[in-house]
Amino acid sequence: MAECRSPAAAFADRFDAASKGGALRLAELPFLTQVDIRVDPASPAAKDIGAALGMPLPVAPGTTVISGDVTVAWLGPDEWLVIGPEGYRFDLLRKALGERHGSVVDVSAQRTTLLVAGPRARDLLAHGCALDLHPTVFGLGRCAQTMLARAQVVLLPRQDGLLVLVRSSFAAYLAEWLLDAATEYLAPRL
Amino acid sequence: MMLLIPCPWCGPRDEAEFHYGGQAHVAYPENPAALSDEEWARYLFFRDNPKGAFAERWSHSAGCRRWFNALRDTATNEIHAVYRVGEPRPVTS
Amino acid sequence: MRRESGGRVDRSRTLRFRFDGQDYTGHPGDTLASALLAGGVRQVATSVKLGRPRGIFSAGSEEPNAVVQIEEPFPEPMLPATTVELYDGLVASSLPGQGRLATGPDPARYDAVHAHCDVLVVGAGPAGLAAARAAASTGARVILADEQPEPGGGLLGAWPADVVEGLLGAEWATATAAHLKALPEVRVLARTTVFGYYDDNYLVAVERRTNHLGAAAPAHVARERIWRIRARHVVLATGTHERPIAFAGNDLPGVMLAGSARTYLNRYGVLPGRRAVVFTADDSAYAAAFDLADAGVRVAAILDVRPSPGEALAREVAKRGIVLLAGHVVTAAQGDGQVASVQAGRHRPEADPAVAEHAFDADLLLVSGGWNPVVHLFSQSGGRLRFDETLGTLVPGDSRQAVEVAGAARGVDTLSGCLADGAAAGERALGGQAAAAAPPPVDVPTAGGQAFWLVPASDYAAHFVDMQRDVTVADLHRATGAGLRSVEHIKRYTTAGTAHDQGKTSGLLTTAAVAHALGERMGELGITTFRAPYLPVSFAALAGRDRGPLHDPVRVTALHDWHVANGALFENVGHWKRPWYYQRVLADGRLEDMETAVLRECRAAREGVAMMDASTLGKIDVIGPDAGEFLDRLYTNLMSSLAVGSIRYGVMCRPDGMVFDDGTVIRLAEDHFLLTTTTGNAAAVLDWMEEWLQTEWPSLRVYCTSVTEQWATVALVGPRSREVLAGLAPGLAVSTADFPFMTWREAEVAGIPARVCRISFSGELAFEINVTSWEVSRLWTAIMDSGMVTPYGTETMHVLRAEKGYPIVGQDTDGTVTPQDLGMSWVVSKKKADFIGKRSFSRADTVRAGRKQLVGLLPEDPDFLLPEGTQLVSTDVPATVGTVRGGAPPRTVPTLGHVTSSYRSAALGRTFALALVSGGQSRLGERLYAPVGDALVPVTVTSHVLYDPEGTRRDG
Repeated sequence: MAECRSPAAAFADRFDAASKGGALRLAELPFLTQVDIRVDPASPAAKDIGAALGMPLPVAPGTTVISGDVTVAWLGPDEWLVIGPEGYRFDLLRKALGERHGSVVDVSAQRTTLLVAGPRARDLLAHGCALDLHPTVFGLGRCAQTMLARAQVVLLPRQDGLLVLVRSSFAAYLAEWLLDAATEYLAPRL
Repeated sequence: MMLLIPCPWCGPRDEAEFHYGGQAHVAYPENPAALSDEEWARYLFFRDNPKGAFAERWSHSAGCRRWFNALRDTATNEIHAVYRVGEPRPVTS
Repeated sequence: MRRESGGRVDRSRTLRFRFDGQDYTGHPGDTLASALLAGGVRQVATSVKLGRPRGIFSAGSEEPNAVVQIEEPFPEPMLPATTVELYDGLVASSLPGQGRLATGPDPARYDAVHAHCDVLVVGAGPAGLAAARAAASTGARVILADEQPEPGGGLLGAWPADVVEGLLGAEWATATAAHLKALPEVRVLARTTVFGYYDDNYLVAVERRTNHLGAAAPAHVARERIWRIRARHVVLATGTHERPIAFAGNDLPGVMLAGSARTYLNRYGVLPGRRAVVFTADDSAYAAAFDLADAGVRVAAILDVRPSPGEALAREVAKRGIVLLAGHVVTAAQGDGQVASVQAGRHRPEADPAVAEHAFDADLLLVSGGWNPVVHLFSQSGGRLRFDETLGTLVPGDSRQAVEVAGAARGVDTLSGCLADGAAAGERALGGQAAAAAPPPVDVPTAGGQAFWLVPASDYAAHFVDMQRDVTVADLHRATGAGLRSVEHIKRYTTAGTAHDQGKTSGLLTTAAVAHALGERMGELGITTFRAPYLPVSFAALAGRDRGPLHDPVRVTALHDWHVANGALFENVGHWKRPWYYQRVLADGRLEDMETAVLRECRAAREGVAMMDASTLGKIDVIGPDAGEFLDRLYTNLMSSLAVGSIRYGVMCRPDGMVFDDGTVIRLAEDHFLLTTTTGNAAAVLDWMEEWLQTEWPSLRVYCTSVTEQWATVALVGPRSREVLAGLAPGLAVSTADFPFMTWREAEVAGIPARVCRISFSGELAFEINVTSWEVSRLWTAIMDSGMVTPYGTETMHVLRAEKGYPIVGQDTDGTVTPQDLGMSWVVSKKKADFIGKRSFSRADTVRAGRKQLVGLLPEDPDFLLPEGTQLVSTDVPATVGTVRGGAPPRTVPTLGHVTSSYRSAALGRTFALALVSGGQSRLGERLYAPVGDALVPVTVTSHVLYDPEGTRRDG
């Protein structure tokens, strides 16, 4: 992907600088494979797609299933987002669906992935996210589509922070917003 | 305002995540061509506006993008019930 | 004056400040008000209407009088001096009623944060602290918010000597708050005022984080923070406000609420006067009198309106040698600019009002009419208030929200009672019990207060009710005399309660005075509605970080940086920034103007080759066995008949038949389509599709997925576009025969996998090349490297499409326009049994003659550019050739329509416009007039297709 350009590429240096204080780690994780799956969860096709993924499609709202470097996030009662590494073979998912009714769409470039991690990650996001981000409420294994500032996002908790998936056209806005929100966490505390 | 609306899928979320869809249970007519102008206008333009319990449609547009129905008291904003599309309007006291 | 010791100020440090040009000092722990009193300042403001001197009336946020202007470090208008924490370098001045906004921008940061908790406790007095501690003891998530810099509430001023759990009250408060702060799930917010209570236990608070640091405030820390709190349960321990009494001269500096004087003494170590008279209807003022007397204030007399205060109090009074006049009232406070003497007499009815029988020299007149629970937030929650005849005030009733009120805020008036009531409320909060389940107050009010609001008099012109608005009892009588009965009406008639204290001390007093005038009961009249905000909140805090570039999201395409670097000016389309036109640097170093740039770009597209970033078009992937059927129902034309590999333009209408959106439909496979939408409508169209699929047609097997930003689109336009594409896509057969209009091909363009569509929005030969948004920069650069292509922006796109009569949804339409009105009957299927909007095309309104229809307009002066939005009138108006100066038509001339788009055309060599005109399609050739300023500009109606109507150019 050397010749590709990711939506938040211009922010790499500022993300790095903001990550030096220890309170936060900000980074774009560019070029992840993202696949939107639509299928009846009760159908054999869903089961076959689960088999191809190596894990079942999660049916509980707001949950994810993670296996290795692939995450499957519930987006709706018949919609999931698969997030895998660059080069992930999503064509195998399409193959697993076959001719049956369903949808496997490459949306890798539709959103980019921002890592917001570090001890103050959840405090940072709470400036613009109305969800309860407390780790006991929104911990590993959860996911949510919601608003962060004025951008729609998918939030995926990670061990020490969260992944924020944002539409590519909103990425620069959200990066600016995150960096601005981080101002207070980057300097010595009051 | 700033309601907490219980999405039947995602659970309670701020109203800012939702899109209002007006009165529920106003079905698209089976055969519009068979309707008189007046009947068609009634479908297009006429909606109830009660004070009290009102069955209305909402879409969790910033979340799971599902449409659902809610029984909301228009005077107090209390949401007595939410139910998925296709489910009957719950009976409330 | 400041005492040698006592209070909670830190005398080891001195803070310097300036008020009205004079230098003063104070200490950490002071408010501006306490420091001014310590400095002997009596008058701190002038009233807004009458210009009367005003002093410090209270010690808290209920202050109606002492409103000051902060000058430095940053100008802020109208802050109560009682709420301004003192800091070094503060410069303030007294206000003649109104403040001044800062003229420069505010350099401070402001922000907002969302928070969630099991229990939110508002108020950190004894009840609030006890509630928070009880709730937190189980590990619950608790937020405790208090507007003061330190916890304690009434413990700081009223009950300084009371011992709680072995500690002095204020020490217990500090220790309890520290204990709470140390708990991982508890957040203690000082300097935080909860100012709004909304549905579903959503409360909003403002935290003043660095205001008290003055110029030393660190720039990176938000000065004020808005907390948006969603609480499972709320405990309101908001305390009380002391009630004033209306009597003649009750607004003079030196008249002060008794409990506030006690606070100045006990909390700040300040004596607010030397010689005091106390006027009360309530026991609590005795405690104030005793504290002040014991601290060296000469208490000349206590005037108690009640027949007798009781033996115990009388003994304490006698012990201190204070004169006690029971059954007496103040008949007037007098003095030049401040209280100098107090006249008193026996309390008598209005028909035969009290006369001055005694006069006392005094510089301080302490007043207590009893206490009002602070029920503002409770009322905002939707809670009902009840008028308690015993307390003579409003107390909280029941609420449908999960809230309860604890301590003094519901009438408990002893310290032990508040502690017990708070703890019980905290425990109940966790049990999730409704407020209705709360037991009655632990202590029945014992103060033995008598509801007493105003001293009867023959003249009420100096009985002030709302001191901030200069409203007197006489003003209220004028309102009731005019026939007003509702307190809401009287509020608006007199402005009582509309100042920025929102009637905290005057609200119930107004009701009492009105009830008195009308001979009605206060409980029947009620009080004006309590609304947010409880305290004034700065707009800067409410705006927070939603300022400047973060005010509204900006959406950009993957090519945005290139556009910026190459002279693009941008147009806002929805949230998108789209290149409007590219401004070139001319040979002489000047920048091209817009007209020149657009004509240049248009010529390139019509005569050579040009390209545009069309990535903002909405794109929706539609798949499923019923996809064709679904699109047939959505679009006015037939989509299921589209061949795989082909493309069709389509229009979507609302059920009322009005155009909603337009775009192209690409058939990728038998069951698979890709739609484009207009830039502004991408989300709306996807929502629309989901709405019909989910709510009306769940049996249709179709899935829709947004791919708007997955794909970037470059429109390559012009007679030489084929040549450029051929050079970049050697594997693609580009001839008209191999690649006909309205078909698409997969190909590698510049080595990038692409879907190339032969679509034209300009009438010229054109290709739309779609690649992933990650790769479009490479594609764009490769096209530019051909050296043949001129980039163009949305203005040129608009001109090109308008020359062809292609409407823009939302510009040439406005929600009242059918496809037929746009001259597009051809896009409305006659074959389909139904589609959304079809039935409406036979409604009387949509078939009537005289509907506004899209036409072209040619101004008779080919250089005259009609402003978009210009109205059009008919030839019925007498007009001379050319422009009629000053000849605006009479008012009865009907407007026939308006200009929707207007441009200069390079291809036509003149200006032209599109317009919606009544019966327009039957007016071709007719002359109409466009009133522009004072002129009537003659225009000729033409077909809306002005350029290449035969369509000869689309194949190059």
